Amino acid sequence: MSTHADTHAHEDDHGHHHKETFVTKYIFSQDHKMISKQYLITGTIMGVIGVLMSIMFRMQIAWPEEPNVLFEALLGKWAPGGVMDADIYLALVTIHGTIMVFFVLTAGLSGTFSNLLIPLQIGARDMASGFLNMISYWLFFLSSVIMVISLFVEAGPAAAGWTIYPPLSALPMAQGGSGMGMTLWLVSMAIFIASSLLGSLNYIVTIINLRTKGMSMTRLPLTIWAFFVTAIIGVVSFPVLLSAALLLIMDRSFGTSFFLSDIFIQGEVLHYQGGSPVLFEHLFWFLGHPEVYIVILPAMGIVSEIMASNSRKPIFGYRAMIASILAIAFLSTIVWGHHMFISGMNPFLGSVFTFTTLLIAIPSAVKSFNWITTIWKGNIQMNTAMLFSIGFVSTFITGGLTGIIMGDSALDINIHDTYFIVAHFHLVMGISALYGMFAGIYHWYPKMFGRMMNKNLGYIHFWVTAICAYGVFFPMHFIGMAGLPRRYYTNSNFPLFDDLANVNVVITIFAIIGGVFQIVFLYNFFGSIFFGKKASQNPWRSTTLEWTAPVKHMHGNWPGEIPHVYRWAYDYSKPGHDVDFVPQNVPLKEGEEELQH
Amino acid sequence: MTAFLTIIIVLFVAVAIWQMVKIFDLAQIGESNSQIATDNDNKLNAYMMLIFLAFIYIITIVCFVKWGDLPLMSNSASEHGSEIDNLMIITMVLIFVVQTITQYILHYFAFKYRGEKGKKALFYADNNTLEAIWTIIPVIVLAGLIIYGLFTWTSVMNVNEDNDPLVIELYAQQFNWKARYGGNDNTLGKANVRLINLDNANILGLDESDPNAQDDIITSELHLPVGKPVLFKMRSQDVLHSAYMPHFRAQMNCVPGMVTQFGFTPTVTTVEMRETQQMKDKVANINKIRVEKSKELAAKGEAALDPYEFDYLLLCNKICGKSHYNMQMNIIVETQEEYDAWIKEQKEFKNSLIK
Repeated sequence: MSTHADTHAHEDDHGHHHKETFVTKYIFSQDHKMISKQYLITGTIMGVIGVLMSIMFRMQIAWPEEPNVLFEALLGKWAPGGVMDADIYLALVTIHGTIMVFFVLTAGLSGTFSNLLIPLQIGARDMASGFLNMISYWLFFLSSVIMVISLFVEAGPAAAGWTIYPPLSALPMAQGGSGMGMTLWLVSMAIFIASSLLGSLNYIVTIINLRTKGMSMTRLPLTIWAFFVTAIIGVVSFPVLLSAALLLIMDRSFGTSFFLSDIFIQGEVLHYQGGSPVLFEHLFWFLGHPEVYIVILPAMGIVSEIMASNSRKPIFGYRAMIASILAIAFLSTIVWGHHMFISGMNPFLGSVFTFTTLLIAIPSAVKSFNWITTIWKGNIQMNTAMLFSIGFVSTFITGGLTGIIMGDSALDINIHDTYFIVAHFHLVMGISALYGMFAGIYHWYPKMFGRMMNKNLGYIHFWVTAICAYGVFFPMHFIGMAGLPRRYYTNSNFPLFDDLANVNVVITIFAIIGGVFQIVFLYNFFGSIFFGKKASQNPWRSTTLEWTAPVKHMHGNWPGEIPHVYRWAYDYSKPGHDVDFVPQNVPLKEGEEELQH
Repeated sequence: MTAFLTIIIVLFVAVAIWQMVKIFDLAQIGESNSQIATDNDNKLNAYMMLIFLAFIYIITIVCFVKWGDLPLMSNSASEHGSEIDNLMIITMVLIFVVQTITQYILHYFAFKYRGEKGKKALFYADNNTLEAIWTIIPVIVLAGLIIYGLFTWTSVMNVNEDNDPLVIELYAQQFNWKARYGGNDNTLGKANVRLINLDNANILGLDESDPNAQDDIITSELHLPVGKPVLFKMRSQDVLHSAYMPHFRAQMNCVPGMVTQFGFTPTVTTVEMRETQQMKDKVANINKIRVEKSKELAAKGEAALDPYEFDYLLLCNKICGKSHYNMQMNIIVETQEEYDAWIKEQKEFKNSLIK
């Protein structure tokens, strides 16, 4: 955590200032701005672990069973002589998925920016409950610690894939990682879910109740709309995963048979009878699918905001943007079956889920075209955040389009669980959400730390990342269409796939370069906390309320009265004004009409 | 070692770039707001947008040309396979067109409307006609795809038991496959993993008292007569597996505790498939790669790789444990006569038991 007292010193003349110790200020803080930084830094650390894992298993795929100094150094007994073990390969894949989806892109992204922006953009002194907010972070921290600890257990961490389908995840004899490693995984996730629910409830209550005077729902920035709907999806779907995790714990430890039946393994028949693994798949994906929208919606909100601000134009189709967020949220809860077309469920259900799934393409298309129209005839300021936002739209389109293939049950038969799906979801959800997160960090860094990140390092970070992201995931579609299954430790037992080996090498080289260049970002991020140029109050000349708060952080966000809001968040380049942005707290001029947006 | 060298090189490149950035930074001292994009930055990044667009197009072309023979889109070996391939091709063409156009518009706009001092953006917040256009067009296109997709799905998944399909059980366990044929009566005997008795070699848990089970035939290679509908019944004894037969556009999970099914009609025998020009080229290419690899192995004193000959495969495609990556079974599609001759040589269940 950062420890530079001077930047964050409280203004002494601030009225309801109370005495703070180091512990209440930096550790058990109830201030949403500090909590958002805590989320961000924890998420970043988890992200480094997740990316490092992906580089390791990519190396294994490209140069299978070859000794590698990196493995020898990092994997210890799991890489005798530097050759990666097949069990740890599966564990790396599993934990990479878990960490990136939940710890980085859910908590790291949503936790950071919901916390930072909700009170600041709606004009509130803090979250509805600062205490719950603090608990939420510390539960997240605890679950991160448990997840990291699970990497060090004797029989190995969880290795059943991030979807942890039973019976593989339920039976310790099926796989080393299904012992203590899986127990810790489940405990960590249960705590994570509790953290996520506390956070989400807080966000919802805050947005509904604590908006400042004049801040009607249709004047909210799209970021807030996105966080609001994300929180609702989280509250609806995360408890279902919790129930699945609890039932799995019962099956594992207390002999129940929710998900297990008729199993013969290692020479003996187990007692389980009457359960069904397909039930687990239903429960898992009832969260699992909304989860990808929990990941992508905040990124969409962030990108909408940054695109408008940097194009110096209002976001195009504000109401359509809100409608599409709501449509996506609604549809996201009734499409989970598209992960299960060939799970053995009734093919008729497959038809229903194909129908609902392909409908999601409609609001997604609306959003994409609205973003493109937003930059049309703009005055685009190519700040790093803007580059990542444009990159977001690009990868979202590329990855989203292949969703039309995955979501079509007839086509899914042959590409299910191949590298095609890996390419698809990394582009549309992984990379896109990561871009959203980077965009948010570059854009709101001055708000978080009172300093600017270095733009040239930012440009290098973006362009290398953008090229590597396509270099990694675009060719992956093609090895998937050639029939190569995912989660194979090596493909050398299938001469059929020998001609794909060189593609895998290309992908891995892009992955290594892209991964290593994240050091540029880390250097820029951590370095700028101490050495960055001092930020002005509103460096990007944005309209939203957070930029009316002083650079120096203080409890309650604004000295004196909270600003009132008189207009929507997107009055950029409005005719009749001298400057190309009119902040939300500026009253309408005489005769000026608020846009009928 | 290669990996290590790559990392070192990347690190050096990173250091070099970092130094360059420092120089840029030093040159900017004294400017206010120096970390906000200037007109120069806008211009530079705008041109980068065009370069990046070119990169996207190039990587698309390279992928299609180099790796885009897409063997799994053009040479299906089952009756329904060509339906799936047609749908796939139509969808691919469609998304290719949309991808090419939208990426162009996005990056071109980013280039064209780059910021300049003194320029004012157009205040343009809404247009219902435009919104309607890009809602309705996707609706129409998707309606077409959904209807086409659902017809294909229904016809693929519809198992017609009237045309007397050959019933075969695919039995999955960590980490191999077994096939069970119904024998003369083409009826699978009852089975449950609770009946497994390794002592008398009843490895699939068949009901030894069931008359239908007596003539069942258990094999570790899957033989299919060409042109005859096959109905697969899938079982698993331990964890989830997935029976993936890519050349037949067929896949279904094997779930412990339940029987799943998938049916198709193979249309091309293994021998015929090996003779197609596309497959000959592919195999020649793979063998060239294997010869190269063998040279490397020989230098290290290891055994050379066998030359590759094409066979249809059944792969496990659901993570199932340590050796998931090597859970496969050969599939041989042959003429009815060849099939009859082969099946005659196999042991019936009642004779395979150790008494």
